[in-house]
Amino acid sequence: MTYYAYAVAAAVMLLGIFGVATSRNLVHTVVCLSVAQSGTYVLLLAVGFQYGGLAPVFGSQVGRNTPVVDPVVQALTLTDIVVSAAVTSMLLALVIQIAKRHRDIDPDRLGRLEG
Amino acid sequence: MRRSARLGVLGAGLAVFAAMMALAFAGLPGFGGSTHPYRDAAVAATYGHNTANAVSSINFDQRGFDTFGEETILFCAVVGVAALLRPVRGERRREVKDSGRVLESTSLLVYVLFPLTIVLAANVVAHGAVTPGGGFQGGVVLSTGIHLLYVGGRFSLLHRLRPLDWFHQGEALGVVLFGALGIAGAAFGSALFANVVPQGQLADFVSAGTVPLFNIAVGMTVCSSVVILLSSFLDQTLAIRADQGGRTGPGPEEGAAT
Repeated sequence: MTYYAYAVAAAVMLLGIFGVATSRNLVHTVVCLSVAQSGTYVLLLAVGFQYGGLAPVFGSQVGRNTPVVDPVVQALTLTDIVVSAAVTSMLLALVIQIAKRHRDIDPDRLGRLEG
Repeated sequence: MRRSARLGVLGAGLAVFAAMMALAFAGLPGFGGSTHPYRDAAVAATYGHNTANAVSSINFDQRGFDTFGEETILFCAVVGVAALLRPVRGERRREVKDSGRVLESTSLLVYVLFPLTIVLAANVVAHGAVTPGGGFQGGVVLSTGIHLLYVGGRFSLLHRLRPLDWFHQGEALGVVLFGALGIAGAAFGSALFANVVPQGQLADFVSAGTVPLFNIAVGMTVCSSVVILLSSFLDQTLAIRADQGGRTGPGPEEGAAT
């Protein structure tokens, strides 16, 4: 079971991609994209995990030689979340514009409206 | 493309993707192992600058320039959303009247939680170098606290207590402050975003050199960004209406063509 967490990350990402491809509502598409991106959080945190490792905040209980989980991937996850929020907000704003122009947010029907 | 055909292509693609992921994961070190070379290097560098929170140290000290890029992404996204959601031709802004009823228990909860959330946010930002938290987290908490006013009170209350101009300036100021701190590192220290302030004692409130300053700059930017984003979306829902008898946006010509 040592690769279990990585499998979870891959599964979350695949589910998100599946949702994007089969979506019938653009808001649902944007949320699915966020779900796919969440797979990267799980993967990053899984890569940095260590059994028995503590949180990387040093003080009286956590010293220099205490095993801690990897703070580098945690920092990357934080960056990831911020970028995800920025992307999601941009996409939702685009969805609002599409809804105004076409009165429809079903991606299957939008192709015909453009033609 | 027909829906069934699309599902077939999707299935094939996902299968190949899953197989490649499985191959890649098989080459990774096992989950939960004790070999983390980057962790060891990062912990040594964190101790070198007397920073208690290793994640803050990495974000604002060891890779400050990357975080500057990240903050700029957020800034650009907010500018993009503000540009996309401004009132366009055929739309006008109306006065939002408070309507509906708010449960008194909800109001009470909000009036209790509003000051608590603001204080918590200030605490999370200020102790970003010492305890878990930091500018990003604290900024989000602060903007959430401000929007509690909308959840439990009224839009007009939020409108009065949230002067948007301040947040527009606060966002820009946060980004400028972050850049200025980085340039100060180059001017007084060895490199761009170098930690030039004396770092004090590990786990003291004032320690870790420039990290708390970066946290404050980021907190300002993140809080302002979220407030501006949410105000744009709230305006779309509540305040911006299409003119009577017309479609919104530059759409009528296309509607006639189809």
